[in-house]
Amino acid sequence: MSAREAILQRIRSAQAHAVVPEVERIIANPVRGPQPAPVADLVSRFIEQAQALSSQVLRVDARNEIPHTVAHYLAENSLGNHALCWPDFLELDWIAARIVVAAQPTSADDAVGITGAFCAIAETGTLMLLSGAHTPAATSLLPETHIAVLDSARIVATMEDAWDLLRRERGGLPRAVNFVSGPSRTADIEQTVTLGAHGPARVLIVLVG
Amino acid sequence: MKVASLKFQRNAGKSLNNKTLQSALKNIESRFVGARREAISHLDDFEAVRSRATTIRDQVLANLDQWLIRFEQEAQRRGAIVHWAETAEEANRIICDIARQYGVKKAVKSKSMVSEECGLNDALEAAGVQVVETDLGEYILQLAHEPPSHIVAPVLHKTKDEVSDLFAQHHHLPRKTGIAELCQEAREILRPHFIAADMGISGANFLIAETGSVLIVTNEGNGRLATTLPRVHVALTGIEKVVPTLEDATTLVRLLPRSATGQDITNYVSVLTGAKALDESDGPEHFHIVLLDNGRSKMLGTKLQAMLRCIRCGACMNHCPVYQNVGGHAYGWVYPGPMGSVLTPSFAGLAATLPLPNASTLCGACAVVCPVSIPLPDLLREVRHQQSLANLRPWRERKALAVWAWLALRPIWYARCAGLMSRVLAWLGGAKGRIGWLPGAWTRGRDLPAPAGQTFRDLYRKREKP
Repeated sequence: MSAREAILQRIRSAQAHAVVPEVERIIANPVRGPQPAPVADLVSRFIEQAQALSSQVLRVDARNEIPHTVAHYLAENSLGNHALCWPDFLELDWIAARIVVAAQPTSADDAVGITGAFCAIAETGTLMLLSGAHTPAATSLLPETHIAVLDSARIVATMEDAWDLLRRERGGLPRAVNFVSGPSRTADIEQTVTLGAHGPARVLIVLVG
Repeated sequence: MKVASLKFQRNAGKSLNNKTLQSALKNIESRFVGARREAISHLDDFEAVRSRATTIRDQVLANLDQWLIRFEQEAQRRGAIVHWAETAEEANRIICDIARQYGVKKAVKSKSMVSEECGLNDALEAAGVQVVETDLGEYILQLAHEPPSHIVAPVLHKTKDEVSDLFAQHHHLPRKTGIAELCQEAREILRPHFIAADMGISGANFLIAETGSVLIVTNEGNGRLATTLPRVHVALTGIEKVVPTLEDATTLVRLLPRSATGQDITNYVSVLTGAKALDESDGPEHFHIVLLDNGRSKMLGTKLQAMLRCIRCGACMNHCPVYQNVGGHAYGWVYPGPMGSVLTPSFAGLAATLPLPNASTLCGACAVVCPVSIPLPDLLREVRHQQSLANLRPWRERKALAVWAWLALRPIWYARCAGLMSRVLAWLGGAKGRIGWLPGAWTRGRDLPAPAGQTFRDLYRKREKP
């Protein structure tokens, strides 16, 4: 008997009485647990929470302002003028902002990664990133600085709302869904929080609209 | 990992006298306990979330076979390969075979207590695979050749100075003394390992049956790196970790970081489904999931079943007065504190873990903070009961209890003996009312307050009748 059969048989024999399997019914009608009370202004709630987790948030009115805002941030933090980005952002006028961007697989030496976000969650100030051919996961992971561009209309209240949005727009899950809430951190040494562990040490959210 | 729980008493004594450890343990109260209280207060209704979480876990355990099969189907449909292991040795063998199959030379690991349970690192090293722990705490332990002392903060027992010494000795770099510098040094040392590794090994905080996904919470980002860069990803976890839907996982994620580290959410929550698509530039080409039993299914249908709800947050140990004073190593295995004192006997056997269920004051703090309402004191009592039924308690304890039971069934004799004892002890106490010398360990650390010399029955008989 295979390990699989042995384990399943042991589980079955331990069950007090045969229960009608409701697996598919439960999956077809997912039940939400208790969620936070609704807030009137999702955008300000998101900003407040993101800042509490050490993300920086800068607001712009339109997409064409992104390169300038990024350039200003990079200069202010002495982060050079090279960045890697998702292909979506190549069309912006980076030359005018004196930033050199490239859309290619991330290497260990890239200092800045610019990504979009599928949506964001106001409850915890969290970005939701999906992996894909044009949205590689490493861009938000390997560089020391992660810049995420987020459309303010894509801020939802809770993670449950984010799952619904994903089911509605994509039908299912990509290989990796990464929820990002601020720069990477560790508190392993003497329970003292230090930012910048293995992932980015800085997260800037450029909020459009 | 070898079970050294029989030496609990001796190791606890050593821990109490270890000044460095005692200073490291002071952080539990100030960091974990306070931070949890604060984070829980951010929820509108903690009890409601906790009750839902408990229902979710119970729902899964009631039909665990069905949920596992559903998870397996969906994971396979998305291109993951699912393995089942009855024992730790079998899990190790499966993972070594996977390493061999893909010609793996180097593996990077994200923190996994199940892999500690299996002793996976030793097995892989023996199979010729270099294993590098990448969680900062686990990396420090790998350098020091020590087991973890906490399931969430594995290196809780070490001070900054000890880490400085360890890094200086192994990295051959100038000795750093600041915590931020030490973290930066670890980042720089470990980054090339991530890039060069052929295999990433992680645990799983939850398995989602709806989507066949593995959910991992991390703060450092090492979990993301280990599951994104290498061409093979192996997730090793216990069969009880399955939850039905994404919504259910979300409810549990509201509780796990809050209960563990006092964070509203961890920096990263990653939901990983299947291997990478052909057009993707990153992600593992091969995704294997190893489901480990190792004693878990035997707990189903017993009085210990509620223990399988556990989501490994560590709140029970953070709030345990025994753990707070002796630390995790005294318990002698991977899982310390109240949850460990129930799990370890179930996994490693009652005989090898005799002191564990008694390493508790049964104060109940663990049950109060548990995010999935596990009645830990009841379960500890149940393990004690099992020890007694298996005749594993020392003969003197058994004889003493047999005498007590005989007397308790004969009230007249019981009253006479109690009266006699009370008078003898009162006489021993003398004018001070305290007894400073009794055989054994009774008065080694403190005096025994002497009884009044009269029992309740005496007083009741003499009371003024209305």
